[in-house]
Amino acid sequence: MEVSMTVNGRAVSADVEPRTLLVHFLRENLRLTGTHVGCETGYCGACTVHVDGKAVKSCTMLAVQAEGADVKTIESLASNGNLHPVQEGFWERHGLQCGFCTPGMIMASVALLDENNNPSEDEIRHGIEGNLCRCTGYHNIVRAVEYAGAKMRGEEPPPPDWEGGE
Amino acid sequence: MATTSVMGGSVRRREDPALIQGMGTYVDDLQPTGVLQVAFMRSPVARAKITSLDTSKAKEMPGVAAIYTHEDVAHLGPLLAQVQIGKLRPLLADGEVNHMGEAIAMVVAENRYQAQDAAEAIDVEFDVVKPIIDLKEAASDAAKVHDELDSNILHTWTYHGYWDALGLEDQTPQVDAAMERDDAVVVSLEMKNQRLIPVAIEPRSVMAEYNPGYGRFTVHSSTQVPHALGGAISKTFGMIASDVRVIAPEVGGGFGSKLNVYNDEILAAFAAKDLGRPVKWTETRREAASSTIHGRGWVGTATIVGTKDGEFLGYKLHALADMGAYSQNFTVAIPLLGLWIASGQYKMPVSWTVDCVVTNTMTTDAYRGAGRPEAIYYLERIIDAYAREIGMDPFEVRKKNFWQPDEFPALMGCGFALDSGDYASNVDKLMEKADYAGLLRMRDQARDEGRLVGVGVGSYVEVCGFGPAVLAEIGFSWSEYGLPASFNGSGLVRVNPDATVTVVIGTGPSGQGHETTWAQIVGDGLGIPVDKVRVLHGDTREHPMGIGTFGSRSVAVDGAATYEATLKVREKAAKIAAHLLEASATDIVFENGGAHVAGSPAPRVEWEAIAKAAYQAHTSPEDVESGLEAHTSFSPGNATWPFGSHIALVEVDPDTGNVELLRYVGVDDCGNEINPMIVNGQIHGGIAQGVGQAMFEDAVYDSDGNLLTGSLLDYPLPTAADLPSFELDRTVTPTDVNPMGVKGVGEAGTIGTAHTIVNAVVDALEPLGVKHVDMPLRPKRVWQAIQEARG
Ligand code: FES
Ligand code: FES
Repeated sequence: MEVSMTVNGRAVSADVEPRTLLVHFLRENLRLTGTHVGCETGYCGACTVHVDGKAVKSCTMLAVQAEGADVKTIESLASNGNLHPVQEGFWERHGLQCGFCTPGMIMASVALLDENNNPSEDEIRHGIEGNLCRCTGYHNIVRAVEYAGAKMRGEEPPPPDWEGGE
Repeated sequence: MATTSVMGGSVRRREDPALIQGMGTYVDDLQPTGVLQVAFMRSPVARAKITSLDTSKAKEMPGVAAIYTHEDVAHLGPLLAQVQIGKLRPLLADGEVNHMGEAIAMVVAENRYQAQDAAEAIDVEFDVVKPIIDLKEAASDAAKVHDELDSNILHTWTYHGYWDALGLEDQTPQVDAAMERDDAVVVSLEMKNQRLIPVAIEPRSVMAEYNPGYGRFTVHSSTQVPHALGGAISKTFGMIASDVRVIAPEVGGGFGSKLNVYNDEILAAFAAKDLGRPVKWTETRREAASSTIHGRGWVGTATIVGTKDGEFLGYKLHALADMGAYSQNFTVAIPLLGLWIASGQYKMPVSWTVDCVVTNTMTTDAYRGAGRPEAIYYLERIIDAYAREIGMDPFEVRKKNFWQPDEFPALMGCGFALDSGDYASNVDKLMEKADYAGLLRMRDQARDEGRLVGVGVGSYVEVCGFGPAVLAEIGFSWSEYGLPASFNGSGLVRVNPDATVTVVIGTGPSGQGHETTWAQIVGDGLGIPVDKVRVLHGDTREHPMGIGTFGSRSVAVDGAATYEATLKVREKAAKIAAHLLEASATDIVFENGGAHVAGSPAPRVEWEAIAKAAYQAHTSPEDVESGLEAHTSFSPGNATWPFGSHIALVEVDPDTGNVELLRYVGVDDCGNEINPMIVNGQIHGGIAQGVGQAMFEDAVYDSDGNLLTGSLLDYPLPTAADLPSFELDRTVTPTDVNPMGVKGVGEAGTIGTAHTIVNAVVDALEPLGVKHVDMPLRPKRVWQAIQEARG
């Protein structure tokens, strides 16, 4: 089946098997391997991308269902070598260890902050609860999102809380 | 972005820029031209004879390149295992299946969909046999899992008898005698430490290529032990090690689940060679649940005997540990890791017996903590129950029985000596940080209001840093994979001609930040900024010998080796600098990217000049060989023994049984720290997995051997919304086991947490008279405990 969409600002089209999942289309046809597959059943969130501005688990969608859509993946987030504040937050606050959940976690966090750039800790925790991380215990992911929120509001991010500080 | 290089500094990770931009390479991202995909046909039943297996129809399906069954791979033997007690796993089922999810046939096809379709089209018929799932039933030997084995109990580990060579004293009579004392208080509980599924978020994946022209394998695998896998492949295929290159690129979490050598890795290599094309397999989440190793799975009775005023007189444990159907890497040896810390931080006689029991379930092996969370759970839970029994504060009881700072090294009854510790100060710091007295007041007030609030405390010691060479004699080595028989550390440090540094290590990190930590160790040692240091790992071609990453060993063993290699390079560089400065090598100091004579900052010579001189004979001193590198091995004389104490505050909803974790405070001690940010991260993740066991996770087989928890819906992991922010601090008690004084921190959080949470929930339920609730403390189970207590 023929499918066309915009991915990271570029028009793409391909002939795919009807059962091809959007995540496999991104990873295998377009070689955008930053979007990961952790479960293929909608529970882990590693495959989170933006479809028409909304965070979507791309394993829960067929490629053909994204016909005509505007899709953004982790690869498009930094612009001209500048990291998105959420990416910067994950780096500055050690929001990742193995990095496998990270692209999905970052895309979910961007969507969260796009809606509300000053979330409480509780709102952050509930906002990303559809994304599983086995490494970080989420503590530093929450700090990373807080950091990014501050940056997006033009404020100084809170200092890191690990022993020894900066 | 801060990139200062100081040991003890929270340098931001060098791994991160690629990972946060989706540019890290994991195995499944590799897609070489012509790659074929694998799907396994797996057993839907727990135990059966295979009466017929017909792949002919499936072989005709579109895109199928090959389908292999046992006959095709029988010549490769069973899957190699390091500890060979029990039945080894056939690469593909050999006429019978022994657990649900056992691989029966391997389909290789042009794409994943075709491979899956063909796997479903294989005709197989079973003569189903009643499986043996229940541990106690298995241990009774009423019926056997494997006819060829004498008993379902594969092995029994005892505290004094686990290693005859040590000639240890059996302390059982001492413990028994203590129980007969008039003033003895004996507390006993039967408890489960349930089976868990490790669930690295990256599914395991392997991609094998074989070039018949060169006669070489290149195998990418999401493994924690690339060298062990390389050894296993060369041994299996009768090749020299140099012709097998194993690469572990980014590995998306491991927690022990990627510390095994797996049949799928060997089979992918076999198929790549047989078909002359790259072959890739990535497990589905369901396969990860049914066919990648599980952890824990103990049921046991812990008994403590002490006086009325809190002095421990002895401790006893008898447990059954579930091994699953086949023995893989360390399987039967896992309880040993618990045995060595059976007495925890306390001075008392121990009688400890663990039977290793085979059942018709997936193999168990090392899952984060591996034997140690189980051992500490039983000990710390029973101490908690004892403190309640005698009405003494649980920290006071602990402090009364701790080894004292002047008693280290503290020789335990298991023959090992705890290296260093100051347990009471650690507890004091925690009590202060958490405002323990305030928490108890708050709890009492809440109780007065009829709320079920609980404060739980727990301590732990762990055994890390594998390892001491003597342990090779009881299986802790990679000798079965054809590698040198000890878990030495090794590290290669090379200053390049442009004064950048290449560090090559044999670890297999899966998120622990080795590229950063090692850059700090070496950069600091040489006075070269971390951004000029590149750390290479996870590639058997780059490093001749690697043990991998597990058992919180990497920094304590390989880090120590790298540190010593750094000192050697510095010594040589000092000779060259002295030559260039016309000074004496012993007077040279390194600072800010260059060297000068101590006490006189000028003249100085930059690392650029030293490095250049090192690589050209006419500018280096005559007695110094060309080049500027060193490769060092490090063999620790003892394991390391990190420790800590934690406090949890919980509230239980009496109407629903829901447990809310309100606060979690930990003071851990892993000796010296290289990067506190990374240390914190390791503890956070460890705590979350401990909370996972305590409150959420449970790998369940029904009595027919069906795995009921094969998806993330049935096997819930803690989410961000389930956890609070953690409050951490540290005490620092360096070890003298290695030159950096570091102990390791990968498993601390997990080992310290599960009992702390359960102790808190039992504390919350104390007014109702509840003495114990088995994990996981999901609402239904807690609610039932409340109902039973209320009668
Ligand atoms: S891969 Fe899509 S939710 Fe897990
Ligand atoms: S960083 Fe490893 S799963 Fe989140």
